[in-house]
Amino acid sequence: MRVTKDLVAASATPMVLGILAEGESYGYAILRRIHELSGGELEWTEGLLYPLLHRLERLGLAESSWQSAAGERRRKYYRITEKGLGELAEQRRQWDTVVDALKQIWLGSGDLRTRAMPLEGPA
Amino acid sequence: MTAPDSHSQDGLEAQFAQWRQYAHRRPELRQSDTEELEDHLRGSVDELIGIGLRADEAFLVAVKRMGGLDDLSREFAREHSERLWKQLVLTGETDGPAADTRKRRDLLATVICVAGAAMSVKLPELFGMGIEEDAAFYGRNLGLFALPWLAAFLAWRRKAVPALAGVLLALFAAGAVAANVYPLADDSQSAVLTGIHLPIALWFAVGLAYVSDDLRSSRRRMDFIRFTGEWFVYLSLIACGGGVLMGIVFGTFEAIGITPDTFIAQWLLPCGGVGAVVVAGWLVEAKQSVVENMAPVLARLFTPLFTAVLLAFLVAFALTRGGIDVEREALILFDLLLVVVLGLLLYSISARDPLAPPGLFDKLQLALVVSALIIDVLVMLEITGRITEYGTTPNKAAALGENIILLANLTWSAWLVLGFVRRRAPFAALERWQTGYLPVYAVWAWIVALVFPPLFGYL
Repeated sequence: MRVTKDLVAASATPMVLGILAEGESYGYAILRRIHELSGGELEWTEGLLYPLLHRLERLGLAESSWQSAAGERRRKYYRITEKGLGELAEQRRQWDTVVDALKQIWLGSGDLRTRAMPLEGPA
Repeated sequence: MTAPDSHSQDGLEAQFAQWRQYAHRRPELRQSDTEELEDHLRGSVDELIGIGLRADEAFLVAVKRMGGLDDLSREFAREHSERLWKQLVLTGETDGPAADTRKRRDLLATVICVAGAAMSVKLPELFGMGIEEDAAFYGRNLGLFALPWLAAFLAWRRKAVPALAGVLLALFAAGAVAANVYPLADDSQSAVLTGIHLPIALWFAVGLAYVSDDLRSSRRRMDFIRFTGEWFVYLSLIACGGGVLMGIVFGTFEAIGITPDTFIAQWLLPCGGVGAVVVAGWLVEAKQSVVENMAPVLARLFTPLFTAVLLAFLVAFALTRGGIDVEREALILFDLLLVVVLGLLLYSISARDPLAPPGLFDKLQLALVVSALIIDVLVMLEITGRITEYGTTPNKAAALGENIILLANLTWSAWLVLGFVRRRAPFAALERWQTGYLPVYAVWAWIVALVFPPLFGYL
C-alpha cells in the first residue's frame, strides 16, 4: 500500500510541525522520523520537505539556525515557534475532526473491510 | 585498511564536489540550500555505508534517492519564485564568502568612482566656473567628468596592465586638450562638433578599458557592444528615476516655502548625472548573465518596424517622384538613420546564436540594411553637388565622413548577410566584420574632436 501524493501533501505541514514540536531537528532526521513513524508507508521526497521547511520559516511557524556540534559538519536545524505551536494545535483540531468523522462512518457501517475488500485495491 | 579507506574517502569528496558544482548552476538553489541538501546527501550516504555499501555505491544510491536536480529545483522554485527574478546586486543575499568579498570590493570601488566623478564635476567651481554662467564649458567637458571614472572602474576590475592605464590616461588628457585648449568660440561649428564627438571618442576609451584583458579578441569587443547597449538602457532607467526624485524634492520643499532649485541645479543634477554613468556601468558588470539583455530585445522589436517604415518611404518616394528636400540638417538626419540601422543590426547580432541556421529574421535584416543603403545613396546623389558648390565646412566634412564610414560598413554587412542567408558564408564573418570595424569609429571620432578644429582654423 502507498499513500497517495495528495494525502501526503495535505498531511505534510502538521507532520513536520508535529515532529518539530518534539524538539529541534534537521532535514535528514525529519525524513528518517517520518519513515519510522509510518513504517515506511509515507513516501516523502527532498523536493517536498525542504521547500516546505523554508515555507514554514517564511510564515514564522519555524525558525532555523546553522549549528555545528563538535566533530560534526555544519547543519541547519529547525525549531518550532510559538506561532507554529498555535498552528499545530489548529491543524490538529481539524485533523481530529476529519479522523473522527471517518472513524464513525467506518465503524458505523460495520464490517465493511471484509465485504468490500476489492475496493481497497485501487486506493 | 586505512589506505583504501582514505582513497575511497577522497573519491567520495570528489563526487560531492562535482554534485555541488551541478547544484550551484541552479538559480533556484542558493548557497545555503545546496549546503543543506549536501548535508542531507551525506546523512544518506553515511547510513548506506553503515549497512555495508561501498562509498561510491552509497553515493550513487543516495543521489538517486534524492531525485533529479530538475525536479528538486522545480519544487524550490515553487516556494521561492522571487529567486528567478532578482538575485541581483543589492539584495543582500550571501552567495559564499569568496563571491561576497568580490561583491563588496566592487561596491567599494564603485562608491569611490562615483565620489570621484561627483568631485570632478564640482571641482571647476573652486576656480570660479559656475554651472549656470559657464554652461558651455560644462557642455564641452561633459564626457570628461564621468567617463574617466567609469574607465578607471573597468580597468581596475580587469586588472589592466600599467602600459594600458598609461594609454587611457593619455587619451583622456587628449580629450581635455580638445575640449579646453583649442580657442573655439562657444557658438562655432567646431565647438558643437567637439561637443558631439568628444563623448563618443571618450566612450571608445572606456571601451579600451573594457577590453583591456584581451585587446584583440573579437568576443570581448562584442561584449563591449553588449555592455554599451545595456549601459544605455540602465542609464535611461536611472535618469527616469532621477527625474521623479527631482520632481518630488522640488514639489515637497516648495510646499513648505523653500525653493530648492539651486540645490537641484548645482548639486543633485550634476553629481547625480555623472554618478549615474558610473553606477550604470557597475550594474551592467554585476548582472551580466543574470537578466535577459534588453538591447537585443528592443532591436528585435524594432527591426520589423523600421524595415516597414524604410520600405514605405522608398515606395512613397518612387510614387511621388519628387526630389528629397535637402536642408542643412538632412545629411545629419540620414546619418542618424544609418546609425539606427547599424544599431539594430549590431544588437541583433549580439544576441544571435552564431551556429543557428539563417531564418526569416535574417532576411528581414537584409531588407532593412538594403533599404537603408538605397535611401542613403539617393540622398548622397542629391547633395553631393551642393557640398562642392559651397565649399567645405567642418559640419559638412564631419557629416559626409560619417556617412561614408557607415555606408562602407553597411554595404559590406549587406553583402555578408546576403551570403549568410544564401548559406554561402558563416554568421561569424558578419560578427568579425562588425567587431573589427569598431576602431574605425573610434579613430574617426578622435579625428573630428582633435584634428578638425586646427584643420578648419577653429571655425
